[in-house]
Amino acid sequence: MTMTTIKTAWTALADPVRAWWAGLGRLPRMGVYALLIFGALLLPNDQIGSFMSPYSDWQGLLFFPIGGYILLAIGLNVVVGQAGLLDLGYVAFFAVGAYSMAVLGKIYHWDFWEIIAVGIAVTALSGVILGAPTLRLRGDYLAIVTLGFGEIVRITAQNTAAIGGPNGMNGIPHPPNLTTWAFPSAQPFSALGLSGLTPFKYAELDSRPYYYLMVLAIVLAIIFSKRLANSRVGRAWAAIREDEDAAELMGVPTFKFKLAAFAIGASIGGLAGVLYSTQTVSIIPDDFPFILSATILAAVVLGGSGNIPGVMLGAFLIAWVPERIRFLAEYRVLIFGAVLVLMMILRPEGLLPSRMRKAEFAEGTGGMGSMGGEVSTSKKTVGAGE
Amino acid sequence: MLHDFIVQFWPSTTDGLALGSIYALIALGYTMVYGVLRLINFAHSEIFMIGTFASLGVINLMGISTPLGGIALVGTLALLIVVSGTVSGASAVALEYIAYRPLRRKGASRLAALISAIGASLFLQQLFARILIPWWFGLPKEKGALPIQGRFVQREDLLTLGSFVIRSDKLIILVAAVVMMVVLDQFVVRTKLGRGIRATAQDPETAVLMGVNIDRIVSATFAIGGAMAGVAAALYMLRFEETNYFVGFLLGIKAFTAAVLGGIGNLRGALVGGLALGLIEMYGASIFGTQWQNVVAFVVLVLVLMFRPTGILGESLQKARA
Repeated sequence: MTMTTIKTAWTALADPVRAWWAGLGRLPRMGVYALLIFGALLLPNDQIGSFMSPYSDWQGLLFFPIGGYILLAIGLNVVVGQAGLLDLGYVAFFAVGAYSMAVLGKIYHWDFWEIIAVGIAVTALSGVILGAPTLRLRGDYLAIVTLGFGEIVRITAQNTAAIGGPNGMNGIPHPPNLTTWAFPSAQPFSALGLSGLTPFKYAELDSRPYYYLMVLAIVLAIIFSKRLANSRVGRAWAAIREDEDAAELMGVPTFKFKLAAFAIGASIGGLAGVLYSTQTVSIIPDDFPFILSATILAAVVLGGSGNIPGVMLGAFLIAWVPERIRFLAEYRVLIFGAVLVLMMILRPEGLLPSRMRKAEFAEGTGGMGSMGGEVSTSKKTVGAGE
Repeated sequence: MLHDFIVQFWPSTTDGLALGSIYALIALGYTMVYGVLRLINFAHSEIFMIGTFASLGVINLMGISTPLGGIALVGTLALLIVVSGTVSGASAVALEYIAYRPLRRKGASRLAALISAIGASLFLQQLFARILIPWWFGLPKEKGALPIQGRFVQREDLLTLGSFVIRSDKLIILVAAVVMMVVLDQFVVRTKLGRGIRATAQDPETAVLMGVNIDRIVSATFAIGGAMAGVAAALYMLRFEETNYFVGFLLGIKAFTAAVLGGIGNLRGALVGGLALGLIEMYGASIFGTQWQNVVAFVVLVLVLMFRPTGILGESLQKARA
């Protein structure tokens, strides 16, 4: 009963927002985007921090896991949410990006900005290498092969002495400073808590410049991903997700598009890896365990796979809630597990599903098809309205 | 490299068969549930973990001081198998009831079910790590392995032919696994419940129309798969004599690999896949070094799926559904 109340309240809250957004013109939308980005830039504020995370360093938290999870979730959303491919080894691409940064930056002394471009290219390539032999497989086989791939990458890093073996790599260089310009200590900057902040100076101690870099990466990833979703590629992905055989019959080269989804998702994961690696300075293979893949996937599904605001919300919650309830430190993962189960039972389509996905879920397919042996006591008829 | 392989050939073979038997028994749970529900029961590895703790509890309660042999060993092993099998089977049924059935009722997507499974898996692991193990053993030994008290099986070489040695514990494991497999296979082929399972796997809607109670079939499937994981857990304790809360993770992934290798949904495939994977791993480890053991296993999985996507024996509990 209470669940129904919560559900109703949620719908009452979400629907007007949705309607308002749908009625908005192009220019006002740009304004809202600008406001959101501006808000994101103000987040590292100490007052916000003391409320949001009294137990840990809020500014560091904003960079990773919060920012990092959001970027990773946007990347995984391309694969899982848009193309409907189940990837359980997404962390591998994060690792490839992080190690690209470490190897090129530390051993070959490349410049950070060059490494970003190369790192993205390398991870995209690794996505193609993984995808080419495996994407002809059915969904579950794909899941288990990607899981295996994630483990292979981690174990290989562990066993390769040239990249530090189990000790990983440290002394990964920071990006060069763009400028050491600092916000002036006058109003309104001091009121916003920005005064003295050097937004383009990448030093060891202040994680805010890295956070801004992360925000930039997230914004670019969102634009990229949204543009793709509304393009021919995005429509092809939707077709593949809903019915691969039908898509193939209609002349969609499904294999090519699935490969593209893998490569694009991988490159966003690689970007996150490069950023993570340059900020944390040292990485070890155990930074990239299977559980991270599962966590990002959970973020995507929890938020509403296929819908970028939903995915971001999911990633934020999954990164932030465990930190906020640190007083329950010991039981965080326990609670996380239970919440995942509950969430799937109560709202399997996620917190903020896209319209399209909601309809697909109502049909009982939702991208990966329904389970066998379903004994629906109340078989829903899917009408035009749903 | 090759020299190591030749020198270690027989030890690798017996080790591989013992390990493979355990994979095969765990793989049964994956393969049966997948056959009926088309769901990767990700929490199955935790069902196995629960079984190892049940065995650990029994062994510690019995307080065995000298290694057992002969009838006493067989009796103890039978007891372990029954207790672990029951505990694991019951846990699996409870898991299905709590984490999967509501989703099934709603006709939710398999992706949602998989996330629920991952959540259940985390929950069970942490339940042991944070609550049950500290409560049971008094100390928060969350990282270390929990060994059994004393050693309960006498490990003797039964037959020695040059480098080919059959050791008692490994032989027991292989024999027990094969016997369980044959019993289960006959059960599924001959009994009414087994027929119901096969019917549901092939075509759930028609099965319902023919009067099969699907909820009961699904519960039975989880009970049997869980019980087999419990048997695997008892044998695992016999072989390795220690456990911890994350013991299931890697074994679970390997067992699922074994199920896919043999042809998912295929009971005999689980045995073939398990033994094959155990052998491949051990041979691979002797050639490339033990640190590459897991990589070898996954690379083989990828290769098999590329060239024979339905596994070695093909999918048979369900006729391959596209």
